[in-house]
Amino acid sequence: MQFRHKIAGGDFAKAGNAAISVKKVLSQLNINHTIAKKIVIALYEGEVNVVAHAWSGIVDVEIDENQIRILITDKGPGIEDIEQAMKEGYSTASPQVREMGFGAGLGLSNMRKNSDFMNITSIPGEGTVVELINNFRPDAG
Amino acid sequence: MTIKEITRLIDGKVLCCEEKTSTNVEYAFASDLMSDVLTIEKDNMVLITGLANLQAIRTSEMSDIGCIIFARDKKIGEEMIDLAIENKMILVRSPYSIFHISGELYKAGVKSIY
Repeated sequence: MQFRHKIAGGDFAKAGNAAISVKKVLSQLNINHTIAKKIVIALYEGEVNVVAHAWSGIVDVEIDENQIRILITDKGPGIEDIEQAMKEGYSTASPQVREMGFGAGLGLSNMRKNSDFMNITSIPGEGTVVELINNFRPDAG
Repeated sequence: MTIKEITRLIDGKVLCCEEKTSTNVEYAFASDLMSDVLTIEKDNMVLITGLANLQAIRTSEMSDIGCIIFARDKKIGEEMIDLAIENKMILVRSPYSIFHISGELYKAGVKSIY
């Protein structure tokens, strides 16, 4: 199963729409509640990051019987130093983003914590791609 | 402790999903920082917050939080209530501060998460 969601930079009212769709699909597939919650939270943080920092983004979701693979691709300022961005507490979020209850520098580490595999590539001035993979069975690699 | 009992304790007003207020909750977490809320793995909890916007509802939806208590009589928009109803989530508004609400709940035996 594959599907795609578009994200508009700055549109906080719609942040989370992709995560909600995925949540519904995982529930229909009877995926373990704890595993589904982790996937949904990682994707939601990813969407918030795109809305908060980028100009536009696309979420591609691929689901097979063993795992879910999510690719969040944005056009935006990119990340200069990924290692630094991964540190808890480091954030370049605007005051507007902080007013929304985010921007404390927890997003990327939350995403890593809630995924089995996470990879970030970024070109400053062009954009960022985040890949997330979660296995549906806790014992799978 | 039920949401109904909690509401009484904090002079709260239930804004939606009143029919679900006999639900029992074991834990509470107080925060205005939604990324912090997203780190919680417990399911049976209420969120106490001063953040009155759609993100508070969205975040609770992602985290399977069934009840949000808004402190200091924050104005709760219709859009927020609609989204909460869609997710069968109880919204409660209290005139008290986050500190006061947390104190009352703690005293009444609601457990803290961290």
